[in-house]
Amino acid sequence: MRRSLELSRRRALTLGAGALAATMIGGAPAHAKNDSDELIKKFAGGKEPVKGKVKLDLPEIAENGNTVPMNVSVESPMTEQSHVTDLMIVADANPRGGVVTFRFSPLSGVAEANTRIRLAETQNVIALAKMNDGSVFMDTKLVKVTIGGCGG
Amino acid sequence: MSDVKPRIRLDKKTAQKGDVIEVKTLVSHVMESGQRRDSAGNVIPRKIINKFTVDLNGKPLFSADIEPAVSANPYMQFRFKAQESGTLTFTWIDDDGTKITAQEKITVS
Repeated sequence: MRRSLELSRRRALTLGAGALAATMIGGAPAHAKNDSDELIKKFAGGKEPVKGKVKLDLPEIAENGNTVPMNVSVESPMTEQSHVTDLMIVADANPRGGVVTFRFSPLSGVAEANTRIRLAETQNVIALAKMNDGSVFMDTKLVKVTIGGCGG
Repeated sequence: MSDVKPRIRLDKKTAQKGDVIEVKTLVSHVMESGQRRDSAGNVIPRKIINKFTVDLNGKPLFSADIEPAVSANPYMQFRFKAQESGTLTFTWIDDDGTKITAQEKITVS
């Protein structure tokens, strides 16, 4: 009697764990929870963003989502012929996707910016750089947030 | 809010042409996101700095379109290549139209 109870409990536990894993996998959103997909599409202007050139630096784990230090830089000679014009940062699980858009000119000479951002929960942060020729480059980072940063 | 004094730090104010100058700025501002509610359950209206611009002798050098996802007391840091002497003008624009401005002089030889 005792043995069968033990077995059934173990079975129940494994079943439960399996079910939980299944929901987690099944529940993972294939696309963003907010307007970030549209923002990216609008920013890219019909071009497919290519991974590379952009370097997005964020902590892997952010203890306080209210102020997460972020550094972003783009590899570019920053001359009249070839420079970064816009650099957009989006977060895919904040109430709204847009975070900040930096604008550069050949006068800048360096395409790099650093600020502190709010992240409501664990999510992907995406940086997209638009060059003067219209091409779009990107980088993404997953940030695990311990305490969300949208108050309320 | 116009009496707010922003903090600006340049890593050097005199530079050789082609040197990279690092600029750090910080301004006091609540950056109320418009997502929060007060104790009575009413939404606290959004009030943020939505734009930050830096001009060198009137020409745009760097700017940022800011959303509520930028932290309170927005900190902005950037770097630029020194190409000419002149005045850097920093402007922060609030949702209500208030402008906070500051200037720094640089000498490039």
